[in-house]
Amino acid sequence: MLRSFRQKFRNWAFRRTVETGTVVLNQRRIYILPTRQGFAFAFVLVLMLLGDINYNLNLGYVLTFLLATTGGISMLHAFRNMAQIEIHAGQIEPVFAGETARFVFHFNNPGSLERHQIHLHDDDGHHVVFDLPAQSSTPVQFDIPAPQRGWLDSGRLTLHTEFPLGLFHAWSYIHFDVRCLVYPTPAAPQPLPAAATQDGSGKLPARGDEDFAGLRNYVAGDAMPRIAWKALAREQGLQVKQFSAYQGQELWLDWSQLPDIAPERKLELLTRWVLDADVQGLQYGLRLPGGDVMPQHNAAHRAECLRRLALFGGEE
Amino acid sequence: MKLNAPLTFGLIACILLVSAPHAEHLPLWISTVCVALLAWRAYLTWGGYPLPARWLLLSVTVACVLAIAVTFRTLFGREVGVALLILLSTLKLLELKAVRDATVLIYLSCFIIITNFFYSQSIPTAMFMLLTLLVIMATWVHMQTGTLALRPRLRIAIVLLLQAIPLSLIIFVLFPRVQGPLWGMPQDAYATSGLSDTMAPGSVSKLSLSDAVAFRVAFNDTVPLREQMYWRGPVLWDYDGMTWTRGNNATLRQPTLSDTSLPVDYTVTLEPHNKRWLFAMDMPAKISISAEMAPDFQLLSRRPVTARTRYDASSLLSYRASLEEPPQQLQRALTLPQGYNPQARRLAAEWRVQSDSPEALIRTALAYFNQQEFEYTLEPPPLGINGVDEFLFETKKGFCEHYAGSFVVLMRAAGIPARVVTGYQGGEFNELGGYFIIRQADAHAWAEVWLRERGWVRVDPTAAISPERIQNGLSSALPDNAALPFMARNPPEWLRSMRLNWDALSNQWNQWVLGYNTERQFAFLTRMGMEEITWQKMALNMLAGIALLVGVFTLVMLRRLAARRTDAVQAAWLKVCRKLEKAGLPRAPHEGPMDYAARIAAAHPDLAEDIYDIAARYASLRYGGEAEQDGLPAFKDAVRAFKL
Repeated sequence: MLRSFRQKFRNWAFRRTVETGTVVLNQRRIYILPTRQGFAFAFVLVLMLLGDINYNLNLGYVLTFLLATTGGISMLHAFRNMAQIEIHAGQIEPVFAGETARFVFHFNNPGSLERHQIHLHDDDGHHVVFDLPAQSSTPVQFDIPAPQRGWLDSGRLTLHTEFPLGLFHAWSYIHFDVRCLVYPTPAAPQPLPAAATQDGSGKLPARGDEDFAGLRNYVAGDAMPRIAWKALAREQGLQVKQFSAYQGQELWLDWSQLPDIAPERKLELLTRWVLDADVQGLQYGLRLPGGDVMPQHNAAHRAECLRRLALFGGEE
Repeated sequence: MKLNAPLTFGLIACILLVSAPHAEHLPLWISTVCVALLAWRAYLTWGGYPLPARWLLLSVTVACVLAIAVTFRTLFGREVGVALLILLSTLKLLELKAVRDATVLIYLSCFIIITNFFYSQSIPTAMFMLLTLLVIMATWVHMQTGTLALRPRLRIAIVLLLQAIPLSLIIFVLFPRVQGPLWGMPQDAYATSGLSDTMAPGSVSKLSLSDAVAFRVAFNDTVPLREQMYWRGPVLWDYDGMTWTRGNNATLRQPTLSDTSLPVDYTVTLEPHNKRWLFAMDMPAKISISAEMAPDFQLLSRRPVTARTRYDASSLLSYRASLEEPPQQLQRALTLPQGYNPQARRLAAEWRVQSDSPEALIRTALAYFNQQEFEYTLEPPPLGINGVDEFLFETKKGFCEHYAGSFVVLMRAAGIPARVVTGYQGGEFNELGGYFIIRQADAHAWAEVWLRERGWVRVDPTAAISPERIQNGLSSALPDNAALPFMARNPPEWLRSMRLNWDALSNQWNQWVLGYNTERQFAFLTRMGMEEITWQKMALNMLAGIALLVGVFTLVMLRRLAARRTDAVQAAWLKVCRKLEKAGLPRAPHEGPMDYAARIAAAHPDLAEDIYDIAARYASLRYGGEAEQDGLPAFKDAVRAFKL
């Protein structure tokens, strides 16, 4: 109850816009409140002040005021520890469901002052602590478990520090437009579908330019000369001419050929096969209810297949 | 934020530093146990051993608390509180588990520092406090900086403290002072030293071993002679054969002074002595703080003097005191216990017969002391039941209390009303500060006799035996081998002047820092030009001062963040671009240096050589990996030389 109220308050009080590019922590983004230790310290100071008054200890006044102003000024230091840090999100490698997504944020400290003990955490308790040396950029890896296939959003992250005395909690929210692609978990090893490897050899089909094999959808990384410009002109979309020396030896990983199991299991199985086929160096294609990926063998193709599997049935 | 070994060592250092000053007054066993516990903790940390079991710690704690209860016979009061606080903090170190425990220990250390101020608030104590604070801050910062090395941590701590010092100064000056105490204080709240309200053989000579300052006096204009400086303290009337006590005055009639002349005005800064009496010179006439004047010219404060107190007073050096003394009082001043000191009584009776006036009798008595080879010494032989007889006729060795006491006994036996006055005599002049220091070693006792025409007259029998004591102080009156404190003898001149300079500094510290109370605050603020001082006004000024300083700090601190390394190469290149822009050839946003140069060269063939040179240098510095220190000066020269 209290938690949900706090959540609501936070949503109301602090903007929740998703950001792109570089974020600079300025005074409008940094919030500061005393910590529990801060309140306890204030209580100790009040006790000391009462003692000073009662016993007329002028040196006690000096000590009390010194401690109080040190505590107060530490608020400025806490703010300074966060201020003017520049943050941008880095590239994120896709992971398989069940693994840990490694978000990377680049923290640039442009000033000549080292920043100490910055904490980065999300609302679920994942947490990383780091220092930022002066005038340098530090990549910070933030790990979030990825239990499900699809897109994994980092969500809103909190950046905080209690430097230098732990009396004040300075924090800021960052919510970058970054997400991690999570592939389905590969199923337990299974033999590749037999029908596909027609010659049974499974050897690497030598790719060549000898025979025109057909067209397939363009995948990032395809060579420019191979783009079927005529097809593009015919408004068939961006397609690539395929050539193969051994046509017909390609492997089709076909959704419809799979036994009647849960869709997620099917995706897991197909993921396993994509990986295995890639390792074995086969030309393989993927046939899903939503569309086909023409057979090929390269890293980009593998990535495209896995991507289709990851986002199957969901938004792009 | 982990409890690593350096953090633990830091905490041990904190507890050690804050407890160390208490070793002076705590029972030895507590100090020993604390040091042993700290050493044990350090050993465990150093070797990486586990902390002691819970039951062991618990039994040690219970044993310590019991031992404290037995030692002090109570578990309440200030001294016990300090002892408990220190022991329990030390034990807390041994069950240090989480960072939260470390925070608690830091707060406890801050609190223990303040308890030390019950005992001392001197300049060295303040210096030590700053050192301790620095160590505490460095340890505190450690909790928030993980593995940061000691040196940068110290730097952070020093910066924090340096920023806090001017801020606290503002608050110290302007924080509205409340006159304490807010609640009743335990009996042991104040240390006591100084004169008591009884006098027995040995009670004053014991004080003369103490170097401690009793009070300081600054004279406004006329400075009386040293032999006139009798600082009046408790007046003792009642004698039981051994001890002199104040007794109860038989009348509440105010004492009177007549035929007065030679007024002297001065300011006394009295060290706390936890008794009610205030000191003023014979005879006090006026005092600036609320005090009552007892019928025997004894100034009494309303409450025991528990804090350093400053007051203005004025005295009259020439006077007739209480000519109309009531008969009950005079009767008190003649009473002697029956059956003691028969020889002295007989001697007094003889004198009474021989003398034709009380003055002559007094002269006879003083001559007796002067001519019968009496000796002035700090170590008189012990006396029996008839102490005065033994002293007068056998040992003939005594200190001022012996002389004052036996003189009053003789006077009373001879029918002259007399009483003992204790206090201080003389003082040491501090030229730097322009004031007199009166130490416990200046404690003195003298007599007063009542004469019909002259009232109470001071008679100092010590002056008859040892005039040097009155004129030059104790050290000149005693042989060199007397057991005086080192400083009360005649130290070398440089040491003496150093000591006086230090005392002058301490006096300023006492007046301005420790004595900064409501009154001083008002005086100071008025002098600073503040009018109609109210606490609201002070608070407002305080906040404004703090805001101003914090604003300055903020500017300075945040400037360092924005201070990016200026890119000299870029700056020089932009200078060229600006020059060209003024000439109507701005660089397009997409243009690289070489393209731009080519375009300029095409438009202004005369500039071609220069602009190509500059662009090439720029590209080399910027993209070619040329080190700045090699190419930058030449590049800058080229830019400077570039003219349209």
